[in-house]
Amino acid sequence: MDLTFTEPQQAFRQEARAWLEANVPKPGTLRSLDTKEGFEDHRVFERTLFDGRWSVVSWPEAFGGRDVGIMEWLIFEEEYYRAGGPRRVSQNGIFLLAPTLFEFGTESQLTRYMSKMASGEEIWCQGWSEPDAGSDLAGIRSKATKVDGGWLLNGQKTWCSRGAFAHRCFGIFRSDPEADRHRGLTYYLIDMAAPGVTVRPIGQLDGETGFAEVFFDDVFVADEDVLGGIGEGWKVAMATAGSERGISLRSPARYTEAAGKLMDLLAATSAGDVNGFDPRAAIADEVVRAYLDAEAYKLHTYMTATKVRAGHKVGAEASATKIFWSEVDVNIHQAALRLLGEGADLYEAVERGGVDLSEWLDGYLFALSGPIYAGTNEIQRNVVAERMLGLPRG
Amino acid sequence: MDFSFSDDQLELRSTVATVLGDWCTPADLHARYVGPDADLGRTKGRWSAIADLFVCGLLIDEELGGLAMDDVDLIGIAEEAGVVVLPEPLSTTAGVVFPLAASTTAGAPRVKDALERGLSATFGGAAFGAKHHKITTTVSGGEASTPRVGYGTADLFLLVVELAGDLQIHLIERDEVAVTPTPSLDLTREMATVTWSPSGTTMICSGGEASLLVEQLLQRAALYSAAELLGLCEAMLSLTASYVTERKQFGVPVGSFQAVKHHLAGARVRLEFARPALYRAAYSLATGAETSAHDVSMAKSMASDAADEAARVSLQCHGAIGYTFEYDLHLAMKRAWALSADFGDARSHRARIFDLVTAARG
Repeated sequence: MDLTFTEPQQAFRQEARAWLEANVPKPGTLRSLDTKEGFEDHRVFERTLFDGRWSVVSWPEAFGGRDVGIMEWLIFEEEYYRAGGPRRVSQNGIFLLAPTLFEFGTESQLTRYMSKMASGEEIWCQGWSEPDAGSDLAGIRSKATKVDGGWLLNGQKTWCSRGAFAHRCFGIFRSDPEADRHRGLTYYLIDMAAPGVTVRPIGQLDGETGFAEVFFDDVFVADEDVLGGIGEGWKVAMATAGSERGISLRSPARYTEAAGKLMDLLAATSAGDVNGFDPRAAIADEVVRAYLDAEAYKLHTYMTATKVRAGHKVGAEASATKIFWSEVDVNIHQAALRLLGEGADLYEAVERGGVDLSEWLDGYLFALSGPIYAGTNEIQRNVVAERMLGLPRG
Repeated sequence: MDFSFSDDQLELRSTVATVLGDWCTPADLHARYVGPDADLGRTKGRWSAIADLFVCGLLIDEELGGLAMDDVDLIGIAEEAGVVVLPEPLSTTAGVVFPLAASTTAGAPRVKDALERGLSATFGGAAFGAKHHKITTTVSGGEASTPRVGYGTADLFLLVVELAGDLQIHLIERDEVAVTPTPSLDLTREMATVTWSPSGTTMICSGGEASLLVEQLLQRAALYSAAELLGLCEAMLSLTASYVTERKQFGVPVGSFQAVKHHLAGARVRLEFARPALYRAAYSLATGAETSAHDVSMAKSMASDAADEAARVSLQCHGAIGYTFEYDLHLAMKRAWALSADFGDARSHRARIFDLVTAARG
């Protein structure tokens, strides 16, 4: 056990810190990424990141990365959140699809898609959930029918994050109408500009169109855009799901950074600031607990990263991780809103004792989606109970 | 960054776990509830078997007869002591009393002697207070009385006392103190009040040195009780998982119901994330990190919470059988309740962390 960073890792951290301090836009400069204009603002920033070779540090150099290890990726993430970097508009592509493409993709697919994904030129959305298949993903009904040179897609996908403005979509469709549930599914890489694709944006809790319904009406996808084998869609999708639940979607820095600000907010709050009572007595314990959980998530991630570096594949523990980070996120923001008291529902930026109070409300709304997406936490608890504790399926 | 244990560390842990498992069965623990002396032969044999593993000197320098290893080597062994609800003070001897006493000039030769004789050791007289520690030993007419000392069966007692404003740490053998057992919920850890006479020959340090060492004493006690708590979590959850898999109602195992699964999954997740906090705290103590107070308080608050939740859901998921005296669950549950509150409960450690973090963030 050695919980220190090597000299090259410390140098890497300094290099990232210096670049990010010079290049990350001030908070509030970029418009919401769930609006058309904000989506473009965020793509411009992705291009800046890419040009500095900071958008995908763990990828091969050929696709714009630095070919660094998982520890360096975590260091970069810590610095990214420390610098106040914006939400990544390309996250569905670079964090969810990319690990799957590296594992199952053809040379041609890697060449055609990776660099454009890394630079923000092509933003990807996820086409998995359907109106009648959410947590029960194996119940999807959208179909793929074999035609000469490719497939015709028909059906409807929903809750596609970034779907309103994305350029491409990775989705699973039923390619064998005779097969049931997890069998007979195939994973496709789809052009959102193809004829037959209709997008209907859906307003989220904050009113912005962060996700969309996508309708497919005889949409043609070429054979070369099948990811993994025909009928292998479930296996390929679960590789992505592991990434989504595990460490590649939610790096701990996101939470430790927010938790540190939460501790500052508590320290800046005095008796009488919150609905007329002293919050230190009533809320301090909740605040420190949220802070500790963020810190524990960071330590757990370093532990997992150590195992991954030694060749371990993340399995059921990704479900435990997903439950934990999504609840940490809600708890951090909930504690902050309690500290804000009666003013918590105001959108205007306010300040207390030199601590900026904006962004907690948006952060809270965003955090509330965590226990729902990427497989609800109820489904994850079933997985933890069955695969980590050995309880019977039922 | 390497957040893992070496093969040697894992092998040592596994060796100790096997011996503990052989020598400390639920039947041995139930016997303690019949009467503390009911199975004393087995108790003595058990401690001899532990002492023969040389684990008590794990943190002690080689010239004193120890193995010169560190807290990262010992922490997993302390978890295993929790798994079996060990009635003897293995981690208290090896992780708390011996390293502390050996760091003083007067205490070092006494630790060497204790290791040669295979003695067990416990401590008392100090607890975490609002800002600093508080002294719990009372003195009257030259005689000191130290309440709430765990493992009253120990051979050696490290006791803290304040005499005329002077903080002192003493190391006293069993035949020099009077041990009065105090009835408590967990009968396998024998709580006691120790009455003793502080003297120049029993004192191992005083004044400013003692003040620093009491903080270390409490940090070590918090760390190693946190380790035992996580072992207890593992024991309770694994017992409960087996039970709900076998127990059938409505024609199916009760563990197939989501209500039961979600209770146990929640507790399992708490355990999963308390572990790295424990190991980081052990590493911080081993390396003398400046953050050790923060890291230990984090480990203990998370371990106490994890154990409280594991105990609560284990009892609930067992149903009535878990509420009985004859079933095994209460053995671990009662130790978990006791250790969760001892050496700072979850909330008091979070209060310490609030002070430390706000001071550090300026």
